[in-house]
Amino acid sequence: MTYDVNQVRKDFPILEREIRPGVKLVYLDSTATAQKPDAVIEAMDDYYRQSNANIHRGVHALAEEATTLYEKSREKIADFINAPSARQVIYTRNTTESINLVAYSWGRANLHSGDLVILTEMEHHSNLVPWHMLSEEKGIRLEFIPVTAEGLLDLDVYRTLLEQNPRLVAFTHMSNVLGTVNPAAEMIKLAHQAGAVTLLDAAQSIPHLGVDVQSLDADFVAFSAHKMVGPTGIGALYGKEDVLERMPPFLGGGDMIKVVKLRSFKPNDLPYKFEAGTPAIAETTGFGAAVDYLSKLGMENIARHEHEITEYALERLEEIPGLKLMGPLSADKKGGVAAFTLDQVHPHDVAQILDGDGIAVRAGHHCAQPLHEKFGIPASTRASFYLYSTKEEVDLLVEGIYKVKRYFG
Amino acid sequence: MDDLYREVIIEHYKNPAYRGSLDPHDLSFEDSNPLCGDHIRIDLRVDEKGMITDARFDGHGCAISQASADLLLESIVGKKLDDVKALNKDHILELLGIELGPVRLKCALLSLKVLKAGVYGMSSATDELVE
Repeated sequence: MTYDVNQVRKDFPILEREIRPGVKLVYLDSTATAQKPDAVIEAMDDYYRQSNANIHRGVHALAEEATTLYEKSREKIADFINAPSARQVIYTRNTTESINLVAYSWGRANLHSGDLVILTEMEHHSNLVPWHMLSEEKGIRLEFIPVTAEGLLDLDVYRTLLEQNPRLVAFTHMSNVLGTVNPAAEMIKLAHQAGAVTLLDAAQSIPHLGVDVQSLDADFVAFSAHKMVGPTGIGALYGKEDVLERMPPFLGGGDMIKVVKLRSFKPNDLPYKFEAGTPAIAETTGFGAAVDYLSKLGMENIARHEHEITEYALERLEEIPGLKLMGPLSADKKGGVAAFTLDQVHPHDVAQILDGDGIAVRAGHHCAQPLHEKFGIPASTRASFYLYSTKEEVDLLVEGIYKVKRYFG
Repeated sequence: MDDLYREVIIEHYKNPAYRGSLDPHDLSFEDSNPLCGDHIRIDLRVDEKGMITDARFDGHGCAISQASADLLLESIVGKKLDDVKALNKDHILELLGIELGPVRLKCALLSLKVLKAGVYGMSSATDELVE
């Protein structure tokens, strides 16, 4: 099947929009959040128009319908990441909450003063701060796999760190700034050989490459719906069943309990043990629809399309004098992300001038401040690509950057 | 866009008259915009009557933040410290001569926040100072 990007674009109503009169949207910020297809918007709209009720324990027809939709989406998500069972998919608000769940529940129960947790220098703040907080509370030790000048993880240092008996290795599958796709399967295997538990931040990899949790053999995988054409406010944590079973609950409240007495409670079974309170039900229906949409297009087709766009973008951007790309310069080693600096022009000014032509890019440290510090820059401009991005949009970006250079030249 | 990057802004960004530092100085204060990492330090010399006799700024940031710092210092040399206390965001917008959205407004107002926090002897520059 050939991938017809112009046909795909018709599924996304926002891409038709004019940002200002006569200025069409060129959306190059999908790494921050993806746009949503009609199918996702309609699923949530339908839910509120047709099926809205609170889930579980309701006997009436609507409550049953809502519960079925909620659980059906969980099954779809489990299939999408090849989880052995839907019980291993816990709904959270987003990747950040998924990682916090692991830190609070598994981390507090299993990590003690002096225990080593290995992270990397390219982590998003969401996979740094929960561990800083646990370090303050429990006195755990944090070590970081360094990033090389090319933007890859230094696996030799990783092997040395593994000799120090780490308890946990938590790292990103794909950097949201460098675009680097890390060799997750190999890193997880090495971690297991050293006796460590593994957590994979798959926020960027699942939307673009797809992830098979069983072949990767990760103990935990965290991801968000909104980066994979789903709604905001809903994400998931996958965990190995035996690991999840042994973990204490996270948040306390309704739905996560089996029995409640005045002075005690018994936690519910998986996955409900970790899902306290009324969840984002409409958003789970949107999450399910997003997974259906991606499956229909085919993750291989999506990945191939993005590879083509990324390759083209890197080639065009590299031509621009004074523009310096961050991370690997080959599309074979990275996903659809192109973060760069331009002469001495501040990224805010770059983004502002591009916005004048309807081009949406991100400017700042992209929640990866330590990584920017490592490369000695306060901020960068980031263009990112997804299943609806086109070469024409890359051309408009390049034209826009030349315009920035004229302003500041 | 041409409005936002009016010649006066680009000119003050590229060739600021007040960039640098004052040693010795009577007042010095610095702070950052946590959203984008823009950073500004302002040094002032003040005479016994409370009049600002000289001012310099240093730091890094976008054209809007750096140009507005330069324009701000130009506007306060020769003024009293008490006059500075009365300045708010309208003063900056007047100097820049443009309309700004909420995100870029933060860039434009950083220098005034830093200046007023310094004048008031506060520990950090807050948004209330310029509203």
